[in-house]
Amino acid sequence: MAGEKTVETTGLLGWIDRRFPLTKLFKEHMSEYYAPKNFNFWYFFGSLALLVLVIQIVTGIFLVMNYKPDGNLAFESVEYIMREVPWGWLIRYMHSTGASMFFVVVYLHMLRGLFYGSYRKPRELVWIFGMAIFLCLMGEAFMGYLLPWGQMSYWGAQVIVNLFSAIPFIGPELSLWIRGDYVVSDATLNRFFAFHVIAIPLVLIGLVVAHIIALHEVGSNNPDGVEIKQGPKDGKGRPIDGIPFHPYYSVHDLMGVAGFLIVFAAIVFFAPEMGGYFLEFNNFIPADSLKTPPHIAPVWYFTPFYSMLRAITSDFTWVLAGATVIAAIALFLKGNLRGIWRIVVPVALLVVAVLLRTIDAKFWGVVAMGGSVVILFFLPWLDHSPVRSIRYRPTWHKYLYAVFIVTFLVLGYLGTQPPNPTFNLMSQIGTLIYFGFFLLMPVWSRIGTFKPVPERIRFSAH
Amino acid sequence: MPLAGINKDTRMSQDKSQFDGAALDGAAALDANLPPDASRRFWLTTACAVGGAAGVATAVPFVGSFAPSAKARAAGAPVELDVASIPPGEMRTVEWRGKPVWVLHRTPEQVEDLKKNDDLLADPQSDRPGFTPEYAKNEYRSRKPEYFVAVGICTHLGCSPTPHLAAGPGPGLPGGWEGGFLCPCHGSVFDLAGRVYKNKPAPDNLEVPPYEFSADGSIVTIGVDENNKA
Repeated sequence: MAGEKTVETTGLLGWIDRRFPLTKLFKEHMSEYYAPKNFNFWYFFGSLALLVLVIQIVTGIFLVMNYKPDGNLAFESVEYIMREVPWGWLIRYMHSTGASMFFVVVYLHMLRGLFYGSYRKPRELVWIFGMAIFLCLMGEAFMGYLLPWGQMSYWGAQVIVNLFSAIPFIGPELSLWIRGDYVVSDATLNRFFAFHVIAIPLVLIGLVVAHIIALHEVGSNNPDGVEIKQGPKDGKGRPIDGIPFHPYYSVHDLMGVAGFLIVFAAIVFFAPEMGGYFLEFNNFIPADSLKTPPHIAPVWYFTPFYSMLRAITSDFTWVLAGATVIAAIALFLKGNLRGIWRIVVPVALLVVAVLLRTIDAKFWGVVAMGGSVVILFFLPWLDHSPVRSIRYRPTWHKYLYAVFIVTFLVLGYLGTQPPNPTFNLMSQIGTLIYFGFFLLMPVWSRIGTFKPVPERIRFSAH
Repeated sequence: MPLAGINKDTRMSQDKSQFDGAALDGAAALDANLPPDASRRFWLTTACAVGGAAGVATAVPFVGSFAPSAKARAAGAPVELDVASIPPGEMRTVEWRGKPVWVLHRTPEQVEDLKKNDDLLADPQSDRPGFTPEYAKNEYRSRKPEYFVAVGICTHLGCSPTPHLAAGPGPGLPGGWEGGFLCPCHGSVFDLAGRVYKNKPAPDNLEVPPYEFSADGSIVTIGVDENNKA
């Protein structure tokens, strides 16, 4: 018939392909997407994150069928799901375990990017879309945690919404606007429910698609950090160091899925509360707006950032102001800023140093917490190392990464603990290390003796 | 062949004959070398600007719907409490606008001890604006020295501090403790007048809500004072 496309496929698939590029899409993203052949286990976590997203969406849909977003009914409806809905306990534990496992998988996925320089040119947008996904996840997790309407839900939301009130001038009005009431209330619960079940998931799915499209445009990085597209090619112009994603990595990832599901099922069936880390004990008490539990802490995946929030006390802003002044002087004397920027940037830093001592420490705590996430967006421009992968960096760079990882874990632990002077000092040191690692990266990442990078990826079959 | 030589006047002509025959074929409109049509540009820009403004204006009802509803605004009715029934040294909590409000009956010794704390406190005279009504700008932060009324919400991030009314050491409490409140969330400490200790996360003293006593002094009404009528 006139107007129909000519396609290679026949039958039903041919009928579809003449109307929708099904085979073309499958080839582009699966069977003819060439990925480097030297992927290791670190490359499981991308597809695992996609799996957890599916688990969260499916279990979430079924939870919504019995959950009631109402200040008087919410807590009870969650207990109803747990005790009376057939299999409700399993669906809810899959959802709550899925939330924590999402962060486990995503943190490992991000660490992989850090190790192998996967955010470096030309993959900056892959990284930025990924960071936007991480922000959405944090929003999902935070708003979802309010829904059971337990004591931790309530007071956690109270603390986080009040973070916005620290912003000078507009803060108090802004947090009132977010809550829709003078305290966290039914209005807050309803709007968080709307965001949690529809608004953020829609954005999240869009960003996941953008993340994958951007990745398939530039091609995957690999543990050697060598571009396979610049290596030798076969007669059809395909990189010979690449293998089709399907079937090689689709099957490889299934193996990762099997391992992941063993761990996931073990948690769901044997330790869904994970000793109070995945589901906090205080959250089994209904929300009470008049009484804060004696110890409140966010869920584990937020605690590193929360520690940095708590670390900023009014004394500590002296240290930060001092560090800012030193940075201003160093940039003026040694920085390679050109023209007017050589004056503007150091002066701006000096203004910040003064503000550090004039605006409340509370505000700077919020800035530190937000900044610790936002700074990750800039990683592609902070890293000036001549090689991508950690494999060819100077050995002491590896120690620096180790210090960073330990700092992140220690900050995470401290965030779960009640405040005390020793821990506070530790989290202040941790905050300095965390920010130092990133802000000084333009300097340290180019220093040292780098190892020669091979022309082609190194891979030996098993 | 593109009609490269065609000029603007011919293209915009209302002469029907242009559209009747083959004089103007579709290729003419696609010629990239033609200068932009000023009139079309103008209407394009205008349409985008007006449409964009309308689009932005659509956000107003959605953003506005996030503000507290009329019901939430109306829920701030004043609350009464019989203070005469509170024995010295004890505290009652009442709910006002969804927040805990504390009414503490301080003993004469506790009132005396407030004077000792000044060097430990960030703002002993409650000079910072916004949290203390005029009538509470004194050492006791209250209308009557013995009755302390405050919103039991930490000025840091909104947790409700735990009362540690008795003097003496305890976990999280500073040395020489004369009684007060400890916020479990981030460790801010307040004395028995709700004044925050130095170098703690909370920037301000606890908020003193509007309140007044009945004529005989036995009933306190929270939510009203000379500036805030019910």
